[in-house]
Amino acid sequence: MQQGVSADIREPEGFLRGSSMIAEIKASRIEFVISVPDITTSEGLLRPLSQGSTPRLIRVCKEDEGVGICAGLSYTERRSLLLIQQTGLLDSVNAVRGVAVEYALPICMMVGLLEKEPGIPPKQSKRYGVRIVEPILDAMGIAYHEIEGDADVAKIGPAIDDAYARSRPVVLLIGRRPS
Amino acid sequence: MKRDECLKVLARHVTDTDIVLPVYSAAFDWIDIRPHPLNYLSHGAMGLASSHALGLALGRPDRRIIVLDGDGSLLMNLGSLVTIAAAAPPNLFHFVCHNGTYEANGGHPIPGRDRVDFCGFARSAGYPTVHEFSDLKIFEQQIGALLARPGPVFADLKITSSGPQERDYSRLHGPHVRKAFRAALAAG
Repeated sequence: MQQGVSADIREPEGFLRGSSMIAEIKASRIEFVISVPDITTSEGLLRPLSQGSTPRLIRVCKEDEGVGICAGLSYTERRSLLLIQQTGLLDSVNAVRGVAVEYALPICMMVGLLEKEPGIPPKQSKRYGVRIVEPILDAMGIAYHEIEGDADVAKIGPAIDDAYARSRPVVLLIGRRPS
Repeated sequence: MKRDECLKVLARHVTDTDIVLPVYSAAFDWIDIRPHPLNYLSHGAMGLASSHALGLALGRPDRRIIVLDGDGSLLMNLGSLVTIAAAAPPNLFHFVCHNGTYEANGGHPIPGRDRVDFCGFARSAGYPTVHEFSDLKIFEQQIGALLARPGPVFADLKITSSGPQERDYSRLHGPHVRKAFRAALAAG
């Protein structure tokens, strides 16, 4: 293993509880979750969300639709969360660029990192599709937070609050499958 | 039907509390026909207006949301028909201005312009009310009743161009437009 990579390897922080994430999402006053199923969050997050009545789940056919829906909702003072996979985020880059960034709207995205290795920072992933996500967000000037262990769940609420307070997009990168 | 004539008829049925999302060429006609802060004009590109409309419809069920889509735009976001029909907002009215061209991008034809059936798409997606209009007089007779129906409603407006337009995109995408819309919506 390369020296530089091994020096940055993180200790896996146990596990990530879907129930904690849902509690945090609800505490953040999210009323709508807009989603295309994501493998990372499918069972631990999307499945239980789909079985509850709040927040209301809106299933979309393609992720850029979700950017538009969240934008429309933002004008109505109703909070929403776009729950997708990084493949969908990459597919939606133009919508995120135009609607979220250039219009300065609080589009909050929770993005599962497909095939990310536990304990490895996304930028150091061996997976090209994982490794490029944060540099793209950096280039677009979009704030992001890594959510990989239960201790990270507390970042969710402040990140969402900040996005709405400053009317700016934010991305929450989910680095492991929630239990 | 010429698009501007059709939209003038529609404008007579739009109230001060309705939110209207016109797209591209329809937008430039509409903002002259019905200048109003509740025109929602900043929906980016690539056909997302109907998705913005769904967000507004979910967030403000007390308002009628009227989207004036383009045919090229809708082709870029056909999945939104399925999403809207599934979410079933009773306050969403989805019109497509259908002239078979990407009018704002040089007038090139849309794919399949002689075969594409937008009403068929909407019906198959699950819109409960679907209409097609190609005659202005019939549109004038029926539009009031159509806007009184529970949504989501879909209507294919077979139109021709209104003619040359001066397209100042800052009238659609300028920050002042979004600020005025936000303030008008918050006030009501």
